[in-house]
Amino acid sequence: MKILLVFTSLVAAACSEQLFVGDQVLRITASNEEQVALLRALGEQTELQVDFWRHPASPGHPADLRVPFPSLQAVKTLLESNGISYSILIQDLQELLDEEKKAMAKSRRTQRSTSTFDFASYHTIEELYDWMDALVADHPDLVSKLQIGQSYENRSLYVLKFSTGGSNRSAVWLDTGIHSREWITQATGAWTANKIAEEYGQDPSVTAILDHMDIFLEIIANPDGFAYTHSSNRMWRKTRSINAGSHCVGVDPNRNWDAGFGEAGSSWNPCSETYHGPYANSEPEVRAIVDFVNNHGNIKAFISIHSYSQLLLYPYGYTKTPVPDHTELHEISEKAVTALSSLYGTRYEYGSIYTTIYQASGATVDWTYNQGIKYSFTFELRDTGRYGFLLPANQIIPTAQETWLALKVIMQHTLDHPY
Amino acid sequence: ELPPSHHSATRAAALAACYLSYQRGSPWRGLALRAVRSCRRQDIDGVGHKYYLELVLEDVLDKDSTVNCTAEVLHHLGNKKIAPDVQFTIEGELKNTDEADNVFYNRIKSLEKELVAENIPDNHGNISPEMEPIRLLAWVASGYVIWQNSTENTKFQLAQIKHVKQVKRSDEYLEFDYMILLHEMVSQEIIPWQMTVLWHPQHGVQVTRESRQPKHA
Repeated sequence: MKILLVFTSLVAAACSEQLFVGDQVLRITASNEEQVALLRALGEQTELQVDFWRHPASPGHPADLRVPFPSLQAVKTLLESNGISYSILIQDLQELLDEEKKAMAKSRRTQRSTSTFDFASYHTIEELYDWMDALVADHPDLVSKLQIGQSYENRSLYVLKFSTGGSNRSAVWLDTGIHSREWITQATGAWTANKIAEEYGQDPSVTAILDHMDIFLEIIANPDGFAYTHSSNRMWRKTRSINAGSHCVGVDPNRNWDAGFGEAGSSWNPCSETYHGPYANSEPEVRAIVDFVNNHGNIKAFISIHSYSQLLLYPYGYTKTPVPDHTELHEISEKAVTALSSLYGTRYEYGSIYTTIYQASGATVDWTYNQGIKYSFTFELRDTGRYGFLLPANQIIPTAQETWLALKVIMQHTLDHPY
Repeated sequence: ELPPSHHSATRAAALAACYLSYQRGSPWRGLALRAVRSCRRQDIDGVGHKYYLELVLEDVLDKDSTVNCTAEVLHHLGNKKIAPDVQFTIEGELKNTDEADNVFYNRIKSLEKELVAENIPDNHGNISPEMEPIRLLAWVASGYVIWQNSTENTKFQLAQIKHVKQVKRSDEYLEFDYMILLHEMVSQEIIPWQMTVLWHPQHGVQVTRESRQPKHA
């Protein structure tokens, strides 16, 4: 502790960085008044440039003296010839200062480090954004952060890119938090991002996937809504865009896509939780993803994560008509759900959106499927209603762990079936 | 015959489970839908749609404790004001909760000041142990509200208790005035709902008044 104080006082005293290479700090114990006087006199010899960290007070009480390297020989000779006992407290002051500096920098990093981030609790938007930066810093060769746009209230829309190189490789897209009250999803997104980074090079399947494909993960797809769930209304679902001519705010971002837009299964009423918005892609949060997908041009799997109900869903939501790839998607779903259940016995149902939950028009994965992204899925995570949106934090990690198994099935299938 | 994952089956099953839970529940016994084993739908001309269900229910407080049951749900044609008819049979015995119920009953009866609480569970999903029976009582009672207000196009869940206040009575019943939030799955709306709940260990749960409240902007 004293060393830290020394460091800070030294830094304070010397604005330009003064180097203390080879300087030593001696602990000197004068045994009588004569020796105490001698020490004091030593301190007054300006050409020696010594300074007392602890002044000579009385016999038997140690004094600590910093001696610059050039004066070391002279000071030690003086002490020895006068029979004043001393020991070397600090062998090389600069070395010590350098180590301290490193330790302080490391401790600052550790506070933002992924190894101390608590995945088993719910976080604010600031905490998650800080942690994202830490993840990138910890895995610079694998993870980078992209900004794909801005929300209605001008918050950054960040996507984490996991890539081992290549140029515009086939990719998997994951998003969580598009409905802001579904807190288990953002929390799962964070855990999953960390898991992907950890498992590359460890898990053969993840390694194979990332050696050939990129993964994009947007953890907070609706930051305005998310901030609102923390500050004002925990049950907020939609975006926070102002609706002209209405006192009601927000558009359902999962009804705002250009697939069956505005049809039955969404609402024209701005006060409704399923309000589709004035036109398709009116919401910047949606527009940003649409633009990203179109510009990328090589996304092969698109997984949008919601809660709750414990369902794995594939298109369509806007029509009863099955998608052409219905059989394959059904088979993948069965495999994914089996994998998911294997961990904790969590029961999932699966099927198309339309048959399994309800008609929904303008839904994300309907649009992505129609863009040619065959492996388009929507998850509805835990639970089935006991806690609903208010899922206790102790279920975050189990939920993320089991969901991960299902995600791996889908990603592996995508890798094995290029198109 | 409907696949158990079909939304018509899951909605009918959820409704049956709510009704059943209301009929058989207590502050220490809540029954939740675990799985739909089978579902058959019959369209009866001039009457409505009838669903024949085989369900598995689980004890909310002990997930390993399950019970099979059969249920019939009849949604009447046209008139939205009539609650669906529900009948059920439970195979086997439900767990006896008399002791826990009585302890809770006596605890509340002996409170000097009326119990008041809010936000159960809280925003992070936490419920304090003392509030668990208050929460479960609301859950059981909401089964009645849900049953009374369900159609083939709705699926309600109790999302949260916003506020609960005990109302002291001179008779043996416990009375609670709840303001709850119901989550309606199809419209995704969060609907505030008031309900007045009576309970006595021997007489079960009763909802004497319930009314939908206006949504805040």
